[in-house]
Amino acid sequence: MKRTLQISLAAALLAGVSLSAQLVVSELAYDAAIEPLKLPGSLNFGEVAGVATNSKGDVFVYTRTGHPTLSLGTARPFAHGGSRMFRFDKTGKYVGEIGQGVYAFLFAEKVKVDPQDNIWVVDQMSNTVMEFDPEGRLVMLLGRKAESENVPARGAAPPAAPAGGGAAGGGGAAAGARAGGAPPQGAAGGRGGGADAEAPAGGRGRGGPPGAGGQQDVFNRPTDVAWDAAGNIYVADGLGTNSRIAKFDKNGKFVRSWGQTGTALGQFRQPRAIAIDAQGLVYVADAGNRRIQVFDGDGNLKGRFLNVGTPRAICITSGPRQVMYVSNSNVPEDIDVEGEIYKVDLTGKILGKFGHAGRLAKEFNGVNQLECRTENELWAAEIGNWRVSKITLRGTGSTN
Amino acid sequence: MSRYLSVQLAMALMLCASPVFAQAKATAQNVPEIPYESVPNFIKMPPGLYLGEAIGVATNSKGHVFVYTRSANTRLFEFDQNGVFVREIGEGAYNFEFAHSVRVDPQDNIWVVDEGTNTITRFNPEGHITMVLGRRPPAVLGMPAAPPGPPPPAAKYTFGRPTDVAWDPQGNIFISDGYVNHRVVKFDKNGRFVKQVGSERPGSEPSQFSTPHGIAVDSNGNVYVADRANNRMQVFDNNLVLRNIYDNIGVSWTVCISPGPHQYLFSSNSNPNGNTPGSWDITGEIYKMELDGTIIGKFGHASKQLGGFQVVHMMDCRNPDQIIVAEIESWRVQKLMLKPTTGTPVKPTTTAAR
Repeated sequence: MKRTLQISLAAALLAGVSLSAQLVVSELAYDAAIEPLKLPGSLNFGEVAGVATNSKGDVFVYTRTGHPTLSLGTARPFAHGGSRMFRFDKTGKYVGEIGQGVYAFLFAEKVKVDPQDNIWVVDQMSNTVMEFDPEGRLVMLLGRKAESENVPARGAAPPAAPAGGGAAGGGGAAAGARAGGAPPQGAAGGRGGGADAEAPAGGRGRGGPPGAGGQQDVFNRPTDVAWDAAGNIYVADGLGTNSRIAKFDKNGKFVRSWGQTGTALGQFRQPRAIAIDAQGLVYVADAGNRRIQVFDGDGNLKGRFLNVGTPRAICITSGPRQVMYVSNSNVPEDIDVEGEIYKVDLTGKILGKFGHAGRLAKEFNGVNQLECRTENELWAAEIGNWRVSKITLRGTGSTN
Repeated sequence: MSRYLSVQLAMALMLCASPVFAQAKATAQNVPEIPYESVPNFIKMPPGLYLGEAIGVATNSKGHVFVYTRSANTRLFEFDQNGVFVREIGEGAYNFEFAHSVRVDPQDNIWVVDEGTNTITRFNPEGHITMVLGRRPPAVLGMPAAPPGPPPPAAKYTFGRPTDVAWDPQGNIFISDGYVNHRVVKFDKNGRFVKQVGSERPGSEPSQFSTPHGIAVDSNGNVYVADRANNRMQVFDNNLVLRNIYDNIGVSWTVCISPGPHQYLFSSNSNPNGNTPGSWDITGEIYKMELDGTIIGKFGHASKQLGGFQVVHMMDCRNPDQIIVAEIESWRVQKLMLKPTTGTPVKPTTTAAR
């Protein structure tokens, strides 16, 4: 017994787990509704990438649906459509659509609502962050959509779990190991595939360090947006070659960026989500490095959480006692590993966890965004199950 | 020079080989003809709506007919039992790109197999998606090129242009996969991988496949696979262990099994796309069989006229005397009323796999 404990401790130290790591994580009791939102007629969600609520409880869903289309123009193919944003009231009744036919709804990534109830949309393929006011008018744009697409294009598919063998491990970390100039995976006609491929290091912008994307506001597969109390805007950028956090003032003027591709402190591999607490600390889900890094608003590293698997979605509650939820999301190509959601305090101490990967109610498949205005009511956007789950935690205590 | 010639010859042979490979005269002899009539104007499209290639067809417990078609966009239409248009399902859905199969399960859920998005999607009877297997390749990654070297191993939860879906009485899901992979995959009713037979490579040995193109399961859980490019049907038990090979019915393009206490098996020796000279003379018929491979009779022939078939891609046989067929070419769905046959059934010519 004593020996086992020693080994566990040694392993924990080797793995770099912080002192607050717990060897046993309590399971939180929860329920989940898998059809909390009612779509009208023949409308269906596709891959649900983003979900957010506003101060009135309205729900916004940004989903990959319809037909992403390339049309042939003058020597170049042009990309159109492929994603839509729907709005529901707090009872789950469909209200309408925002941004029909907008220029840059190509490949949904996130939707967020700021304290003034503006709706922010992050599109991974058009490399844009769009701000809509509460009435649905576009009021600010960050980034620019590429004029045309490269076909055949870029990127490698992630490893999918082989059918003949055991479970695949690693998730995003494994995907990262295969990147770096490897030939594109997937046979003609489409085998597997996944949005988790990591681009090779090497800056897209000029003048910055490798992978840092330069000091400019051009994104490469951005993943998330958040704001501090002063209204400054922070963009996680992203799954492409930038691997940085870009900071803008409240008027959208580029201020600075920090980070570059890598595994060292302050570097990122696949920063997938970002959240900011009441003190203005910036939490970055550094998925490819299986950690959350914490910075002040100027990019100075303040801490890190190492015990939450591959964080692909995070959120922080509002109110005086803020907590964070972190999803160790499975890739949609494998439902036999991962998928649990952690509740942690803002020092990184794990308060509990719940759920696992799967297709049933109370299971999760590729959670890409978590919304948590309050501590016991969460929304999860599931890429793999093409749905939004509304999660209710039963109190703050644990069941064991 | 001679070396050059031989290369040319080899290439010519290879080119010739594909149409020969894609069509086959059935070897079963003295098969009784089953008389039938095609219901005139069965599917009634509303003005301004057109079927494209009629790729998938299925009926639910009320007799409503679902047609999955490659139109300007791939679309799913529902008609009532008289062929009157009811509604469109999943308009603009993310899984709709290039239709391949539609099937209705015992709970009247509608399952769609789309080879253009590598997905198998379950719609509930109200038309809402309740399960997705496989993943559409993300547009943000562009169009991945074929990797050099041998194909990567087939994965548990992704498909390579899948073709069809079926269920056993316990709700386990069987998927034929497909044009890129060459395997059959079993999932449990909750969509978790159980096992597979075949692999990412085509093959002609027993338990290998070359374009498994259709699949059906009988009430004992046995699995019947249209092994199209091998010109045969392979029969497996519920654990995907080979039980039988039926190879006297030409190309098995698609299969269906009727419900009820006495189940019948149907297989189509569809005429090949392209209509090469002579192909209409030796292909185009559908076989009605016992589950053990005994051929009760055959009906149909290649033709562009009503009552004939132009590349049958899928059949519904919920009522074994009323077969609904979807044709790739002719962009048509027909309902066929079969009449009794008095001929002598043809016993299977192949022995069970050992």
